[in-house]
Amino acid sequence: MKLMAIDSSGLTASVAILEDNKMVADYSVNYKKTHSQTLVPMLDEITKMTETDLKTIDAIAISKGPGSFTGLRIGSSTAKGLGLALNIPIVEVATTDALAYNLYGTERIVCPIMDARREQVYTGLYEFVKCGQSLEMNTLLESVAIGVEDIMNQINELGKPVVFLGDAVSVYKDKLEELVKVDYILAPAHMSHQRAASVAAIGARKLANGQSIPASEHVPEYLRLSQAERERNEAMNGK
Amino acid sequence: MSDVLILAIESSCDETAAAVVKNGREVLSNVISSQIDLHTLYGGVVPEIASRKHTEQINQVIEEALKEANVTLNDITAIAVTYGPGLVGALLVGVSAAKAISFARKIPLVGVHHIEGHISANFIENKELEPPFVCLVVSGGHSHLVKVMDYGKYEILGRTRDDAAGEAFDKVARAIGLGYPGGPKIDRVSKEGNPDAIKFPRAKVEGSVYDFSFSGLKSAVLNYLNSCEMKGETIVQADVAASFQKAVVDVLVEHSMQAVSEAGMKKFAIAGGVASNSALRAALSKACEENGIEFFHPSPILCTDNAAMIGCAGYYEYLAGNISNYDLNAVPALKLGER
Repeated sequence: MKLMAIDSSGLTASVAILEDNKMVADYSVNYKKTHSQTLVPMLDEITKMTETDLKTIDAIAISKGPGSFTGLRIGSSTAKGLGLALNIPIVEVATTDALAYNLYGTERIVCPIMDARREQVYTGLYEFVKCGQSLEMNTLLESVAIGVEDIMNQINELGKPVVFLGDAVSVYKDKLEELVKVDYILAPAHMSHQRAASVAAIGARKLANGQSIPASEHVPEYLRLSQAERERNEAMNGK
Repeated sequence: MSDVLILAIESSCDETAAAVVKNGREVLSNVISSQIDLHTLYGGVVPEIASRKHTEQINQVIEEALKEANVTLNDITAIAVTYGPGLVGALLVGVSAAKAISFARKIPLVGVHHIEGHISANFIENKELEPPFVCLVVSGGHSHLVKVMDYGKYEILGRTRDDAAGEAFDKVARAIGLGYPGGPKIDRVSKEGNPDAIKFPRAKVEGSVYDFSFSGLKSAVLNYLNSCEMKGETIVQADVAASFQKAVVDVLVEHSMQAVSEAGMKKFAIAGGVASNSALRAALSKACEENGIEFFHPSPILCTDNAAMIGCAGYYEYLAGNISNYDLNAVPALKLGER
């Protein structure tokens, strides 16, 4: 089974190719260029470098969100185009799930936080539990857009050691210090950003479980309405 | 030479569109998924909503275009995609999908300028039309007077300094209670009105004869509405619409005819959404006839945003060897004639 994976939900553009248990390629770039300029050239590069015949790819795994709206759309439209052109399905993986999976092995609660602006973060809560000879990732809180203080309260209530990762860690460093009452650590640079390799690893398991969809049906999961819709709803509710 | 089949994709504003075009001028399919009902709720196009809808629709539209043309990606020579100007989030959907398909199937990619597409819509239904000619491009986002010197070679003679013509239609339509989209609604209502009922200004731009300015006209309409209200006079919607429309049409016709004559050309074409306006068509047709100029115009379906026109423009860019790389980006303010 061969998967091509894409994550462009944040500042990092990341692509990977996973063949069974082998991560054939794993390529991330966090540079000032836009995902539109980097993503397909990166796919081209790993494909050439690994002499991958695109016809042998079984599915595209995509980091479906939450994240930057534009970033998600570049990734999703690319994945959809690949799915259409290669006639293969898409496997959707929540961005926060994939981020948490970067920290496979930790005994701490894993809390990815991505900056969602307006004093909110895209986040979730996860833990790894032993299951035979491997670990299962349990979801304690599914992907959500909530206030920084809100998620910190939930963490304090759990009362267990935590590890934070994601681009909002640097944004809310002081807030964490102020609000988090449990023992916490911050993930190091090589684990803290979105990695398509993690998307691929989760995606492979979902694909094996039959959790794929036709490429035409995939849409990003923004977790938020557009500003215009929000304001319209508010206006209508206010009346 | 074997047939050149272009798969074209367009998502610069509020229509998700794909088409298959054979040898530049034969449209095998032209699929348009319009979002207009969604945006009507907001009185205009909401970029984020448009971008989301494009992402949802893009595959269905492309698949439909291939199916309707009775071809597969194996038959496609090149993929043409609009990469500007337009709404950046919207453009990115088409550009990303086009690049992915190009990459996955090793089909050459051609980035196309949206206005170049509109101009090229004229080639589709007028098989005999060849450059050079002068073209007036008028839509919700653009008002350009362009000298088409050759395929892919343009000189911009005039442009709007403020609102695009279509934008003025939308704003005035909103002000007189017609709603969005303004163009077709004003066109329809004007047929019942007197175009000489109210004297609205015909704006000139100091120092540049071919440039347009429509925001002054829009203000004049708003002022007129206000003053009627103050005086307690009834506003005759149809008369306001017809008089406003006439003011726009007069300026467009005058500038166009002057440009054709000074360029020493005998052919003139129109393009863009506002090119379906019946009063504009009638006036231009009459003016061209009086001046011995041959008048070209696409049918309404090719005036609105569509991918067939992008396929046509893409064909000539492909023949010229203008192949894009995988780092092709959306360029929201792309200038005509720049790559």
